[in-house]
Amino acid sequence: MTNNQLTAKGQLRHFLTIEGLKKPLLTEIMDRAEQFSGISTRHVKKVPLLRGKTIVNLFFENSTRTRTTFELAAKRLSADVMNLNINTSATSKGESLLDTLHNLESMHTDMFVVRHNQSGAAEFIAQHVAPHVSVINAGDGCHAHPTQAMLDMFTIRRHKGHFPNLRVAIIGDILHSRVARSQIQALSILGVGEIRVIGPKTLLPSDCETLGLHVYHDLESGLKDVDVVITLRLQLERMQGALLPSSREYFDCFGLTEEKLSFAKPDAIVMHPGPINRGVEIASAVADGPQSVILEQVTHGIAVRMAVMSMALGAQSELNEI
Amino acid sequence: MTTSFTQADIETLLDTMADQIRLKLANKKPLLVGIHSGGVWVAKELATRLGSDFFDGPLGTLNIAYYRDDFTRIGMHPQVTPSDLPFSVDDRNLLLVDDVLQSGRTIRAALNEIFDYGRPASVTLATLIERSGRELPIQPDIIGQSVSLDKNQHIKLTNSDGLQLVIKSSEA
Repeated sequence: MTNNQLTAKGQLRHFLTIEGLKKPLLTEIMDRAEQFSGISTRHVKKVPLLRGKTIVNLFFENSTRTRTTFELAAKRLSADVMNLNINTSATSKGESLLDTLHNLESMHTDMFVVRHNQSGAAEFIAQHVAPHVSVINAGDGCHAHPTQAMLDMFTIRRHKGHFPNLRVAIIGDILHSRVARSQIQALSILGVGEIRVIGPKTLLPSDCETLGLHVYHDLESGLKDVDVVITLRLQLERMQGALLPSSREYFDCFGLTEEKLSFAKPDAIVMHPGPINRGVEIASAVADGPQSVILEQVTHGIAVRMAVMSMALGAQSELNEI
Repeated sequence: MTTSFTQADIETLLDTMADQIRLKLANKKPLLVGIHSGGVWVAKELATRLGSDFFDGPLGTLNIAYYRDDFTRIGMHPQVTPSDLPFSVDDRNLLLVDDVLQSGRTIRAALNEIFDYGRPASVTLATLIERSGRELPIQPDIIGQSVSLDKNQHIKLTNSDGLQLVIKSSEA
């Protein structure tokens, strides 16, 4: 993939995928998020950094957490936000995606935050927008969800500090998970010591080993001595064919219970990108337990998205010089 | 007009400022706020001179990077130390400190940020150097020294080996 998400000076212009980015840029996103996280606890939860900018949330697929945290992030930077529900918009009247985009551009918008069920949708849009418009990928098909991966890295850094000594295990439906794909790329770039994937063969990609991942098919051995446990939602809506006997059987084998979690390090943190399915991939006792940082991840999502949005729109000043 | 400062000169300026502050804010239990980074250095010097009882709380620091009016022209600054006001500013008397007052834009941004934290009873502005070049109707209440400089002259406070004021001329 061409790295058209960076400007000539290596600044973030679009944020489409973690793939191909360098460690200093990922660190910069986390550092900026750290600076922005204080704003949410202030009397006035706003800074005027993006005042006068117009950001369009373009969601072709349902989302609550991602859309609201993107909206809050934009509002805390004083941008104006529009939420476009595509199901009730002109695309359902037969307008093409590009026609919708060009119409929105004509309204002098500055950024599109895109979620789509087709892999590559955000990249496609980025290739066709006007030079002054930035595109942020808020999840495309099974491909990438870079802001989710960065808020996960931010959460790990807050709890564990440095990445190289860590052992991180990702459990579940890796095959259909854009979150897992982006997480694995980010963890690798940040130099995490050992990345493990745990799941049934039918839900793991076939090329795991070539990616440097350690593959396990049972929680007992897979969770041994890990510092970070990431559980994933079973994406039943993306599964085609009989990959699983039943979600009940999945929980018996791969559901994260207190007993299973005890194989990990005692201070291991438990993460989940949400929405969680209690009793399918995670037991309530673990999701609500002392090692869970699931709700913290949601809070961190706002600061990380503020960081990415301000970096992408800040880099526009460089384009204006030309 | 003096256009060079020794470290002893700066000490004298800081002493003068402390005297003025004592007169103006005695018994008002002010809160001390410095603007990154020069204003924080000056604020620390003033706090040393006025003693720990004079101010009612720790030193607050402001970084106005997110309040600048030139973000769309010059983009993001590489490193931003976050603002830290470890107290409620509501109904309090603030002493806002910066190193050099020139255009007034930094102070405009700082005032905007302060009001996002709450509604102070008053804000008093102290600057070590007040120089020519104002672009906004902002004047300091407490001044170390006023300096008249040409547009192509720049004055900057540094803190590598004690506080030093450096004046440079750029080719216009």
